[in-house]
Amino acid sequence: MREDKLVLGGQEFNSRFILGSGKYNVELIQAAVEQAGAEIITLAVRRANSGGEGNILDYLPEGITLLPNTSGARNAEEAVRIARLSRELGCGDFVKVEVMRDFKYLLPDNQETVKATDLLVKEGFVVLPYMYPDLNTARDLQRAGAAAVMPLAAPIGSNKGLATKEFIQILIDEIDLPIIVDAGIGRPSQACEVMEMGAAAVMANTGIATAGDIPTMASAFCKAIEAGREAYLSGLGRVRRAGGEPSSPLTGFLRDEGEKGCL
Amino acid sequence: MGQTNQGKANPMEYMEGMERIDSDILDKVMAARDSYQPTRYTAQDVKKALQADRRGMEDFAALLSPAAEPYLEDMAREAQRETRKHFGNSVYLFTPIYISNFCENHCVYCGFNCHNRIHRRKLGQEEIEMEMDAIAKTGLEEILILTGESRQQSDVGYIGEACKIARKYFKMVGIEVYPMDTGGYRYLKGCGADYVTVFQETYSPDAYGQLHLKGQKRCFPYRFHAQERALLGGMRGVAFAALLGLSDFRLDAFSTGMHAYFIQRKYPSAEISFSCPRLCPVAGLPEEGASGAAPKWEAMEEVAERGLFQVMCAYRLFMPFAGITISTRERAQFRNHVVGMAATKISAGVSTGVGKHSEKVGGQGDSQFEIADKRNVHEIVAAIKGHGLQPVMNDYVYL
Repeated sequence: MREDKLVLGGQEFNSRFILGSGKYNVELIQAAVEQAGAEIITLAVRRANSGGEGNILDYLPEGITLLPNTSGARNAEEAVRIARLSRELGCGDFVKVEVMRDFKYLLPDNQETVKATDLLVKEGFVVLPYMYPDLNTARDLQRAGAAAVMPLAAPIGSNKGLATKEFIQILIDEIDLPIIVDAGIGRPSQACEVMEMGAAAVMANTGIATAGDIPTMASAFCKAIEAGREAYLSGLGRVRRAGGEPSSPLTGFLRDEGEKGCL
Repeated sequence: MGQTNQGKANPMEYMEGMERIDSDILDKVMAARDSYQPTRYTAQDVKKALQADRRGMEDFAALLSPAAEPYLEDMAREAQRETRKHFGNSVYLFTPIYISNFCENHCVYCGFNCHNRIHRRKLGQEEIEMEMDAIAKTGLEEILILTGESRQQSDVGYIGEACKIARKYFKMVGIEVYPMDTGGYRYLKGCGADYVTVFQETYSPDAYGQLHLKGQKRCFPYRFHAQERALLGGMRGVAFAALLGLSDFRLDAFSTGMHAYFIQRKYPSAEISFSCPRLCPVAGLPEEGASGAAPKWEAMEEVAERGLFQVMCAYRLFMPFAGITISTRERAQFRNHVVGMAATKISAGVSTGVGKHSEKVGGQGDSQFEIADKRNVHEIVAAIKGHGLQPVMNDYVYL
């Protein structure tokens, strides 16, 4: 098979699994990254901002690309400030824009996300915006210079799977950027499904963090994502819809090519 | 009862100079409270609430009812699942700092009340700095600044200076002081505070009037609207609590939850959290029957540990995204088990007296209440880790 790389901000990655880090023991991060085969790990700047006991930055394996997020930002301006802080902390130029002004569902504010993306791209960041899967917003994000688009499958932490499947498919079909499905993916089978649909990568956190055995679940996700990717690349076979097809064809009444005229 | 109220101001009326905001939340919470009859709920209602994917007011009411008592184990399991979903295994640490214990209120249950003969003390700025320095050295990054409710001894400017000092030493600064006008909160926000905790104590207007005899705290609605004024003043988050045991604890817990619920609906970006204090013995109060003793109020009841736990689980199941702080009033074993299950935040290295963190500060002030869990930060961190949880000192960035 030809080389299959995920390209973000000019950087190539072999893994299509982006791992979250904020919901389990920092001591487990190393093992989870290894088992996940992950090359990118997200972390909340507000958490990394800390200096002392259990500072998450001290537990990240070498050579991994950090994807700091702007969680805690309620508008574009706050997201920009967090991104700048992230750069100051030495977390690199990648940033996952998260703008939420809803504490209950943590749903992203698409409008402010577009604004933040626009500003951060101008400051040289590689911007991966977390968004509600809306085609118009995705186009605006692309125009603003986003490196990828990260639509949610379901509310953060819900483990509800592909609640927005139809809309994510539209983004995959219409947007010429990697579509990285983020939030709500609770099981490896769901991760596999979005990869089959043509998503470029999957980001998961709670599904792994709430598992009984975190490194093993990270490994299960890794395999599912690879399987889904291979299925997508190989071209999915025909899958019959429920009910099968009628034995007597609906088009039996049509005349053959040679027979002309109305009578 | 009754006699203590004679000649006193109506607790439901505002006092002169208090800011009034346009809000219907008090009416909504009182209507919900009045409609709640805990004994009306059945095991069936509880099971339905436990199985629900999304829980509303009726589910919350059922989970707080006596019918839910046999289902504590199921509630615990479901609460743990929700806590893990929303917070992972993170447990946040903080400590309160009492900078002054002067108080103008007469609240019959409180160690700081103005008639209680305790050693009063107010820290100067240098002393605050010494205290905070000592606390920061323990590794903590979040602090909650507390005062007694004296607008004269600890005015907004004094609290503001404490917030400014705190920002030098801590990543997150909360305040638990007397309720103030929107402008006061806006000022303190500018000084570095970002989180406001106000305990309503009890949501029963009757009990409230019997318990809060004197001072601005006697005004129920001004206190009730404090969280809303704090948010209008630009604060990021607000915390709610009833002091369980002052009145019917089920009704009070229900009212607390509904208060938070309506605030969250009106201010969706506000961070919401609950504290869960139980009535606890205080220093210096005269024995019952002794001269100067406050009369025992009618509805007072002791809330058992199981009752407290039921309340915490009900908060978690009703508002799975909200923070829950576990009080130092509770014993270590209880605290060890409820973090990660229902609670998300725990205090460590606590002293409820004034000037007790630094050895350099002399002439300390007496405590507000007795604490059961005297463990230091190191011991709490070890206990959290021992339960497979992750102690987090800060999850916050100032914006």
